[in-house]
Amino acid sequence: MSNNRGLDHDEKLLFEVGDISKTGVDLPDPENIKNMLGSSCSDTEIGLAGLSEPETLRHYVRLSRKNYSIDAGLYPLGSCTMKHNPRLNEKMARLEGFSEIHPLQPISTCQGALELIDLISTWLKELTGMAAITMTPKAGAQGELCGMMAIKQALIFKKESHRKVVLVPDSAHGTNPATAAFLGFDVRTIKSTQEGLIDFEDFKENIDEHFAGVMITNPNTCGLFESDIVKISELTHKSGGYLYCDGANFNAVVGKLKPGDLGIDAMHINLHKTFSTPHGGGGPGSGPVVFSKRLENFCPTPLVKKINGKYDLIENLDNKELSNSFGRLNVFHGQMGMFVRAMSYMLSHGSDGLRQVAEDAVLNANYLRESLSMHLTPAFQGYCMHEILFSDEFLNDTNVETLDFAKAMIDEGYHPMTIYFPLVIHGALLVEPTETESKQSLDHFIETLKGLVARVKNDSDSFKEAPIFTPIRRLDETQAARKPILRWREEVPAKA
Amino acid sequence: MRYLPLTNEDRKNMKEVIGITDVNQLFASVPNNVPLDPSFNLPDHKTEMEVGRILSQIAGKNINSNQVPFFLGAGAYKHHIPATVDHIIQRSEFLTSYTPYQPEISQGTLQYLFEFQTQVSLLTGMDVSNASMYDGSTASAEAVSMAKRITKRNKVILSPTLHPQYAEVIKTLISSSEDSVEYKFSECFEVDSLISKIDDDVSCVVVQNPDFFGECYSLENLSKYCQSKGALLIVVVNEVVSLGMMKSPGSMGADIVACEGQSLGNSLNFGGPYIGLMSTKDKFVRQLPGRIVGETNDVDGEKGFVLTLATREQHIRREKATSNICTNSGLCSLAFTIHLSLLGEKGFKKLSKLNHEAAIKLYSRLECLDGFEVINKTFFNEFTIKLPIDAETFVEKMASKGVLAGVPVSRLLNKKDNFLNLLVVASSEINLDSDRDEFIRLAKEVCYE
Repeated sequence: MSNNRGLDHDEKLLFEVGDISKTGVDLPDPENIKNMLGSSCSDTEIGLAGLSEPETLRHYVRLSRKNYSIDAGLYPLGSCTMKHNPRLNEKMARLEGFSEIHPLQPISTCQGALELIDLISTWLKELTGMAAITMTPKAGAQGELCGMMAIKQALIFKKESHRKVVLVPDSAHGTNPATAAFLGFDVRTIKSTQEGLIDFEDFKENIDEHFAGVMITNPNTCGLFESDIVKISELTHKSGGYLYCDGANFNAVVGKLKPGDLGIDAMHINLHKTFSTPHGGGGPGSGPVVFSKRLENFCPTPLVKKINGKYDLIENLDNKELSNSFGRLNVFHGQMGMFVRAMSYMLSHGSDGLRQVAEDAVLNANYLRESLSMHLTPAFQGYCMHEILFSDEFLNDTNVETLDFAKAMIDEGYHPMTIYFPLVIHGALLVEPTETESKQSLDHFIETLKGLVARVKNDSDSFKEAPIFTPIRRLDETQAARKPILRWREEVPAKA
Repeated sequence: MRYLPLTNEDRKNMKEVIGITDVNQLFASVPNNVPLDPSFNLPDHKTEMEVGRILSQIAGKNINSNQVPFFLGAGAYKHHIPATVDHIIQRSEFLTSYTPYQPEISQGTLQYLFEFQTQVSLLTGMDVSNASMYDGSTASAEAVSMAKRITKRNKVILSPTLHPQYAEVIKTLISSSEDSVEYKFSECFEVDSLISKIDDDVSCVVVQNPDFFGECYSLENLSKYCQSKGALLIVVVNEVVSLGMMKSPGSMGADIVACEGQSLGNSLNFGGPYIGLMSTKDKFVRQLPGRIVGETNDVDGEKGFVLTLATREQHIRREKATSNICTNSGLCSLAFTIHLSLLGEKGFKKLSKLNHEAAIKLYSRLECLDGFEVINKTFFNEFTIKLPIDAETFVEKMASKGVLAGVPVSRLLNKKDNFLNLLVVASSEINLDSDRDEFIRLAKEVCYE
């Protein structure tokens, strides 16, 4: 039998379909000139399987059909902002003037690239109401690292390195405590209230002479706006600390308010969330960081400056503009390809359109909330921002768990929402529809979830089986971790 | 607005369902002293045509590598990318999917990452690889950080010919008060001279191969000595195409390998997005940062793939994670793996040879040119020239005459003095004889006329 199921083809590994004698690229023949590699030269077999061009297309097209995608359906992953990825962005990023330029070509030959970086910097500073920006971080997590390194550097310059404690709410993304710990800060967790917000009293009590700062996601991962944020920033500053804001959820407020008005000192912006650059199955990301006046001198290298009508790249750490800089986060100047995509998106929306983005994102989430509140269990009372958090209470008295519910959604044609995060809610289900879903699409999603909830009560076994309509069913993750097989290896025939 | 599907009628109906009359009621939790709907000094929305015009105009102000003879390297290399690569990575199912946390509907991504990990392990000659990092520089820094965790030692030795910006990244990302990082940039370097620096406190030695100046090394002696002292050898490869002709780092005894993988499948993009490759020995796999894909079975016994060993990662371990890294370089790793699948062993080795020969051809021409001295004894597709004039002036003058000639070493340095005349020049399969003619003709003109 073929092992295929209709459109779902069983596709073997590259190393099983390909062959080391095969190639899909025609290249001229080398001239076999005597090599100049010295003793490092080698001609041993590497073992790379090759495919002709048609086989290559078939291999990857077949693989692609085993993936869910935002283009195919709603992707309700909370805190991930899986919105539409405009194809104009892709086209713009592929303009040869952007894609075919080298990071170290003479400054006079890349004025357009520097202008683009300056333009996106200007937009992001204006949208966030912040004083300075660095474009170099390669992803949100590196943005966090960048922001916290600037804070660390500022403390060093103030000769206050004894300030070692960073407060992180229990609802934070895992990257927040990981980042602070990586930099040698002591991470102290602060509690959330019954209402899903930072417990201001607990925050206050945790401030002492070792307080370096606090990392807050706003809107937070419960989908709520931290209404004490201004109080928190005032107390933070009064106590000699800094307020880092995780900007993962900026989509809820872009164009509606300026984070700078909340008193934050640094915030990263995930261009792949709010500004529509594609997630690409897990990157590449881009995480520019905006800074307040208090931190603007502590940016990493490089900086783009306009001097006498010409753009310049200030990249050497001995330049006086960088004298307080904490250093360099990565080689070259950041994710240019992502800057172009995000810029294309921002220009398309304009400031009026971006405000509409936030309003529609929040409207869509609240529409889901209202429509589902009698069926699933909202974790908190009141309106949400761009995402809505449910607890697993609606699954009480059944043997269905959040994971089973999520897997059953797959059989209904949906990617599951974010599950078991944030940690503060039991069996959490975090749903973010984004602004790029139509009402019709939301209505279908609502009806599907209602149908599943109705089924939970009387047909719970089917949830344990789910998914059944996928190319592969539930996988044994314990086996994967216990006996790791992390690459293909040629099977050695057993000795007779 | 073309990206927003809600109509005003929809909005009205939805507000009714929610029980509000004004959308700002949903923003009521924003403190009163924070202005809602502030004004922005930014233009309003634009049509696709207008955006295309604005960005094309900006792009047009750059000289791109397809327009002129092009010889830049130093960590980013121009190669021909087969048309198939860009076509496949733009398929919706790859471009617009999320990290494969739901394996049942992400086998496409998971399988290509498993294949990618295999290719990277084979290329570097190592046991295992992760599913990619941001770029070569951060992969190098993560490798150092990994070596520190494994050896529980804090002294780090960077070879004097490591890419200066890589050294800056490593220093920035891993230095804390208890660390010491030795790095003294120099073009005069014998790899075995590092041996005398290795003592019992050294966690790792980082060597770039081919190095920043293009010189190639055998590392067997160094790796043996590292091993005898309990230090790890980290090999950094900036130009992965070199691995088609050179001994793999693994075969020379590397413990961790960090590469920039941009050369395969990924355009220059003014420096990003690129793709970091990272591989190591089986015994260190639980200290490897980043995402890793593993093989397993589903409930029916079918073979499938999942993200695995997640107990190392930040979303599980929080402040105890091996790294704060969350993302990999998904789509860039797809481009890498497609390009390498198209090449196969045969194409890859041929490509490697063509690159080496392109460099030899330029080298032979330069040897006959008075006042130009190639400082390398060996090289792959890149070498360093001592010019009769200052290299930054040279490249600007060459650019104004229509050749992008190379990377001045001094551009990457804070203290430039001893390196003013050094130029790093790369060649690849894209260079024609006419490009080299133009380089030589203009180089003479720029320096002597």
